[in-house]
Amino acid sequence: MTTTATPSLDVHRLRADFPVFEELFGGKPIAYLDSASSSQKPRQMLDRMRAFYEHEYANVHRGVYQLAERATEGFEGARRTVAAFLNAPSEKEIVFTRSATEALNLVAYAWGLDNLGPGDVVVITELEHHANFVPWQYIAKRTGASFRHIPIDDQGELQLDALDGLAREGEVKVVAANYVSNTLGTINPVERLGEWAHEQGAIMVVDAAQAAPHRPVDVQALGADFVAITGHKLCGPTGIGALWGRREILEPMSPFNLGGEMIRSVGLQQTTFNELPHKFEAGTPAFAEAVGLGAAIDYVGGVGLEAIERHEHALVQQAMAAFDEIPWIRVFGPPADRRAGIVSFEVEGIHPHDVAQILDWEGVAVRAGHHCTQPLMTRLGVAATTRASFYLYSVPDDVDRLVAGLRKVKASLG
Amino acid sequence: MSEFEQLYREVILDHYKAPRNHGLLEPHDAIAEGTNPLCGDEVTVSVRFGAGDVIEDVGFEGRGCAISQAATSMLTDLVKGRTAAEISALPKDELLEEIGIPLTPVRLKCALLGLGVLKVALHKAKGTPLPEEWGASSGEINLS
Repeated sequence: MTTTATPSLDVHRLRADFPVFEELFGGKPIAYLDSASSSQKPRQMLDRMRAFYEHEYANVHRGVYQLAERATEGFEGARRTVAAFLNAPSEKEIVFTRSATEALNLVAYAWGLDNLGPGDVVVITELEHHANFVPWQYIAKRTGASFRHIPIDDQGELQLDALDGLAREGEVKVVAANYVSNTLGTINPVERLGEWAHEQGAIMVVDAAQAAPHRPVDVQALGADFVAITGHKLCGPTGIGALWGRREILEPMSPFNLGGEMIRSVGLQQTTFNELPHKFEAGTPAFAEAVGLGAAIDYVGGVGLEAIERHEHALVQQAMAAFDEIPWIRVFGPPADRRAGIVSFEVEGIHPHDVAQILDWEGVAVRAGHHCTQPLMTRLGVAATTRASFYLYSVPDDVDRLVAGLRKVKASLG
Repeated sequence: MSEFEQLYREVILDHYKAPRNHGLLEPHDAIAEGTNPLCGDEVTVSVRFGAGDVIEDVGFEGRGCAISQAATSMLTDLVKGRTAAEISALPKDELLEEIGIPLTPVRLKCALLGLGVLKVALHKAKGTPLPEEWGASSGEINLS
């Protein structure tokens, strides 16, 4: 008889893949609770990049020699890995970028400047990361389009009943939303937003930087038009991200960066652009980092996104249950069963920077600040929050150390 | 057989040094040009149709690597007397078998340039489908 037991991850075995956990800070190993900002790196990814640099490295796409073919195959293999990871219909729809931020800027500039104007409406959310907020605010200003947001309720969840009102403000052309809020952990209903966007004749742009490392992201199931991810939150290196875009939108779209590799032919009077995805990859790309991202995806995929999601959920439940018992801690955002592995909170009467400073002396690494979501901070009525976030290598002991550390914070400054 | 002999086998060198159907047809019914940004290969292909959509004659000009020019030369022999619809659907493997040498992904683009350009010419004249990678305009800057 087969059992349907859900696979779980062996966190202690996984932690051995991450050299940073062997380090001591003030004599203590780190309780790393800042993975929403950036993840730690497994040896498997680092080894793959080292092997690539040592044995497969030459510039891509150009060289006729065998070493260059190896490099090109490594780079294009990484593109196929990203395409499969996102369930993209074609790897030609995967554009490598420097980051999710650059991917979102690419869409805002290259699509937005040609397609937005007075009378059009750009819709973002009140809990957007600045990466999916400021580019649209800027391009809206440049083109004369209006810039509107979907508000959140007191639990940090989108108020979808505001959509009808937004539709009456003009022609909605873009809906841009993150899949998972980096500050609150709210899981946004991006499929529903995408349906609404398409009913308005708008494109749907999803910032999946905070989602893709932790839960399956299927671009076809989401029904989006653009999806941005980044490598460094996903056990990958810095300096590499990717944009998935629907081919029929990417093909007629203007380029973003111009230069080498993105051209088919160049003359003094006329330049013709290259085919997808190269049209959007001017210059020598971060191809060794793309190979690293491919290895990171293989690593995370090997652990299993469903198992990662469940593992983080258990840690969120543990943290929120502990905070529930402490009257001087206030947690922001939705209940545990409707959020990803992120808990933002405030310690009554103590600034988050002081909280984070004292926690650091206990070897507990958390983020304190506005988390690149200042409009959300304004809505919450705070200048900053303290944020603990989890990943596949986080352990219950990290949460215990956080809670114990917060009691020290309260005892010393409260 | 040495690696040189494998890649630049006699028939390739023959087509490169003495290309068949060289020179553009005047008059012609269809023409297109294309480039391969990897090597900087250039090919222009012109076509004259006979009865119906039959490719009666074809001529090309170009400059570039031996593979791109020889492959286009071999292509012109391959397509004469066949219909536009047939050639627009010509599997690239048919040409590659004719070329008969092992090609890496980079050199594959050289070898298939002429076929892509021919399909564009047929598309312009007869509305046949474009090859996938030429399917949509990826845009341009034009100062003139």
